[in-house]
Amino acid sequence: MSVIRSLKMNFAVWIKWIFGKKRARIGIYGPPNAGKTTLANRIVKDWSGIETGGISHIPHETRRAMRTDGVIINANGSSIELDIVDTPGMATKIDFREFMAYGLEEEEAKRRAKEATEGVIEAIKWLENLDGILLVMDSTEDPYTQVNVTVVGNMEARKLPLLIVANKMDLPKAAPSRIKAAFPQHPIVTISALEGSNIDDLYVAIARHFG
Amino acid sequence: MDLISAERLESMSSMEKIRLILSKVKRGNIVVLEMGLTPEEEVKLIEMTMTEIRLDEFSGIEIESYPVKNESTFLNKILGKSGIKTRMTVIGPANQLRTIEKDKYQISTKVSVGD
Ligand SMILES: Nc1nc2c(ncn2[C@@H]2O[C@H](COP(=O)(O)OP(=O)(O)OP(=O)(O)O)[C@@H](O)[C@H]2O)c(=O)[nH]1
Ligand SMILES: [Mg+2]
Repeated sequence: MSVIRSLKMNFAVWIKWIFGKKRARIGIYGPPNAGKTTLANRIVKDWSGIETGGISHIPHETRRAMRTDGVIINANGSSIELDIVDTPGMATKIDFREFMAYGLEEEEAKRRAKEATEGVIEAIKWLENLDGILLVMDSTEDPYTQVNVTVVGNMEARKLPLLIVANKMDLPKAAPSRIKAAFPQHPIVTISALEGSNIDDLYVAIARHFG
Repeated sequence: MDLISAERLESMSSMEKIRLILSKVKRGNIVVLEMGLTPEEEVKLIEMTMTEIRLDEFSGIEIESYPVKNESTFLNKILGKSGIKTRMTVIGPANQLRTIEKDKYQISTKVSVGD
């Protein structure tokens, strides 16, 4: 009797191990300067204490995808292990003169532009290797851009979960309702990655959508 | 401005479409696609654009389009159509398209000459 019971037990544990293993590889996507790295840093720091990627007000700061594996998030009574990929900002155009306007020397601006084009390609390649994405948008900007539409469209075509993060809610011009209106079919969490506001709501949503 | 008809687009492979669009836009033309690209084609177009960017010559593209609409109507189901519809798309060289008005039913784009 007890042998059967323990067999049953083991079976249940095994089933849970195979099917209940909540591990997901999540890409952080969005246009340049939306706050992707600020958010990635916050998530990784909140749950594993590590400091990660560089942040700048100059667009295309991240030009190589940055991967942090094994970040365990506990929210809403469940736990999920995430491999987080912070991707370079996606764009349809890159002009080195834009970087010079931020005060970079011509040489450096040109190098940054070249690396940024490679970064966009890398971000696109990563789309094929993910279980879901956080699409980060700057709530002060028009959400209806080609990059956002393309990322949303690709997630829908692949039937992968997508969570929209309406970032920079601390800014007076933030209008997350515009994002809701543009993409009504997807869940949205409004946060400030910089100040950490509403970040717990984001963790609950992550556990729910990717768990 | 070059209009590419839905009929012509339907007869082309994804790669042919992307190459045609990029070659026109690189020559400074604005391309209007009567029927838009699929999300996969859009992302491929962005990727190809990145490989074509050259300092001082070509700094990329501007695209205005609408999300894919999934119209699984009764008629489409009977006719066995996939129901995936894409809307009109305007593509031009970077910094030449400026959308003045865009809603669910229309795109009007202002074309500015020069910078
Ligand atoms: N006010 C405010 N600023 C923010 C917030 N999140 C990020 N920022 C700022 O936005 C700028 C860009 O932040 P990043 O995290 O580097 O943005 P990114 O999306 O990783 O940018 P790229 O790597 O260039 O694509 C920096 O100056 C950040 O301090 C926020 O919630 N509120
Ligand atoms: Mg970044």
